[in-house]
Amino acid sequence: MTGLVRGLLVALVLALAMPALAVQPDEILEDPALEERARELSKGLRCLVCRNESIDESNADLARDLRLLVRERLVAGDTNDEVIDFVVDRYGEYVLLRPRASGSSLLLWAAGPLMLLLAAGVGFGYLRGRATARAETEADLSPEEKARLARILKE
Amino acid sequence: MITELGHFALILAFMVAIVQAVVPLIGAEKRWTSWMAVAEPAATLQFLLTAFAFAALTWAFVTSDFSLRLVVLNSHSDKPMLYKITGTWGNHEGSMLLWVLIVTLFGAMAAWFGGNLPPGLRARVLAVQSAVGVAFFAFILFTSNPFLRLAVPPMNGQDLNPLLQDPGLAFHPPFLYLGYVGLSICFSFAVAALIEGRVDAAWGRWVRPWTLAAWVFLTVGIALGSWWAYYELGWGGFWFWDPVENASFMPWLLSAALLHSAIVVEKREALKSWTILLAILAFGFSLIGTFIVRSGLLTSVHAFANDPERGVFILMIMAFFTGGALLLFALRAGAMEAKGVFAPVSREGALVANNVLLAVACFVVFVGTMWPVVAEMAFDRKLTVGPPFFDMAFSPFMVLLGLLLPFGSMMPWKRGQVSRAWAPLKGALILSVALAALVWAIQTERSALGPLGVFMGAWIASGAIIDLWGRTGRGPNRLGRLMRLPRADWGKATAHFGMGVTFFAICGLVAWKQDDIRVAQLGEPFDVAGFTITLDDVQRVQGPNYISTMGFATLEKNGRELAQLRPEKRIYPVAQMPTTEAAIDYRFLRDVYVVIGDPQDNGGWVVRTYVKPFANWMWAGTLLMALGGLLSLSDRRFRVAAGAARRVPQGGVPAE
Repeated sequence: MTGLVRGLLVALVLALAMPALAVQPDEILEDPALEERARELSKGLRCLVCRNESIDESNADLARDLRLLVRERLVAGDTNDEVIDFVVDRYGEYVLLRPRASGSSLLLWAAGPLMLLLAAGVGFGYLRGRATARAETEADLSPEEKARLARILKE
Repeated sequence: MITELGHFALILAFMVAIVQAVVPLIGAEKRWTSWMAVAEPAATLQFLLTAFAFAALTWAFVTSDFSLRLVVLNSHSDKPMLYKITGTWGNHEGSMLLWVLIVTLFGAMAAWFGGNLPPGLRARVLAVQSAVGVAFFAFILFTSNPFLRLAVPPMNGQDLNPLLQDPGLAFHPPFLYLGYVGLSICFSFAVAALIEGRVDAAWGRWVRPWTLAAWVFLTVGIALGSWWAYYELGWGGFWFWDPVENASFMPWLLSAALLHSAIVVEKREALKSWTILLAILAFGFSLIGTFIVRSGLLTSVHAFANDPERGVFILMIMAFFTGGALLLFALRAGAMEAKGVFAPVSREGALVANNVLLAVACFVVFVGTMWPVVAEMAFDRKLTVGPPFFDMAFSPFMVLLGLLLPFGSMMPWKRGQVSRAWAPLKGALILSVALAALVWAIQTERSALGPLGVFMGAWIASGAIIDLWGRTGRGPNRLGRLMRLPRADWGKATAHFGMGVTFFAICGLVAWKQDDIRVAQLGEPFDVAGFTITLDDVQRVQGPNYISTMGFATLEKNGRELAQLRPEKRIYPVAQMPTTEAAIDYRFLRDVYVVIGDPQDNGGWVVRTYVKPFANWMWAGTLLMALGGLLSLSDRRFRVAAGAARRVPQGGVPAE
């Protein structure tokens, strides 16, 4: 009985496709410089069917196709930019993990620096305000507090 | 039977929460002591009832009660006991029950340790906390009830997601939730203060320990999740800027800011309205995090229970609490007048800079996380915002923060001089620059990241040590005084030191990691970055609820054996999911990380090897940060109840 169960399990294991893990040895280019560039480019391209994974990390078949495509273009002599343009032409800008700073996406890139300027401005304005607030708050003592202050000073 | 009792207890807790949210609030308004006094026993009762409900659910998981729908969907009788227990919160319904349990736990703790709070404030804090509880009780009971039965129980369950069957991930959610929900008590304090219209130094003193505790839990929770990703996902990444990671990171950034701004409220009675706003936003971002995980708005590797209906419910909770609190803030913030007077160059000024940088960094993460949705809805552009964006857009703020940190922490209150703060730090700067230059000279690749990490790490860490040493004053016996310094000083130095270590480790790991992908033949050694690895054998091994393909590899250096490595690929037949289990040789200066892949036609196996320098330093750094928080929390001046104790003599005759 347990033998049967074991056999069934093994059959099941074989039936479940074992996932290939990211870059496969047979994909690697002979020229280490080109391979290095391919890896670098792969890290910036999204695996379209995955959740937020680059094709360099992904196990999906589509990611493998894209990795091979990138390497093909590199071997054909494309520059890095040409490879990226080629992929974007085919799959749209959705494939880029780092959105291009163009059009409405300029807002995305500018959001941080603009917010820093704004926040620094407000922060500095606040600090200046606190520095010059001295006169008011000291004059603000209630008569009771003034009397106490006078007593303390006398002692 | 126990299940029904648990269900009943949950409904009772819901009722108690409604009473606790209403009665004390009215009591505080009308100054009716008896109505206010309802809050405390109600908070305790609510916690006990919820704890019972949670225990009942855990019991159902432990005994594999397959008449419960949730147990069927997420458990299996062959699952190891540890994961039967942790499976209780490894799913949507159970994790929401854990969430609300922690809400009631914090409420009860505020009741137990808040004995010295003014009665009005305490009643309001507990009422607001309970209102948060009411919303989530309703959410659980009406949309995500964990206690639903099945008419025809199946023979066995469908097993827990195998990725969750792991010690690192088993304890990641409870810590994260303790952090998220810990911020709810800060939120309750903020809203209570807004209702009262008064914020003073004592308020800052009460809020800080809660913020510290929440921040410590968040730090540990995030570190656990990151560590899990590192060893489990199979390529040694530790942070992916995934929407859900960002969802936990944003409250962390804001609670770190809150931690620092509450100091200014406490010591100098300034930055009050900003601190209140931060407390509201920090919890608001916790709710956004919950919304992101549960709604399916953003796709993510973590998203479980993607259900629009639940998403809408949480969106409503979020809109009510964050929106309501912000409205209250807009109405009342004007009443919070600052008292302290200080020059821009001062400790106060430095803490403002800290807050500006942390808040803007959080804003960048927020914009980046939400941008794909905004771009699609507003500009009809379908795009992705991934790790390369965050690395570029976020990191500069952290570098700035790190550069300023040693200066800021040395600044005196009220009025400081750059030259005075600068003098003791000269040594730290020279040391850091020298180390960075040395690393620049000896590293083979001319990447700037490594030297930058060395510089930042050395600068922040040595700055923390100099700061601590500077507290001992002058003259003899400084060592003795060092040991007698308040724990808060030690906490500050430890946390800042830990941040330096983390900075260095992240830069070092990213700059100097090496990897190798190849087909390894059995018994044929190969070299990676100075190490020799031999894949001796590959065997099929039967686990309790999985089948493993296990590689037997030997790791050597200069002919000396360092470790036997056992990388695995597992198949969980019930869940029909494969996982990779990397074999990692953890050492002080580096990890060697081996993953086994597919068999090849020629009899070899794909083997991936990664050498990860200073990986352990990263976790050590985050743990040091958390330890710093704990040290500070244990300072007797900041104990949860200590704040009010000092107020008592104030009411008496002035000591003159």
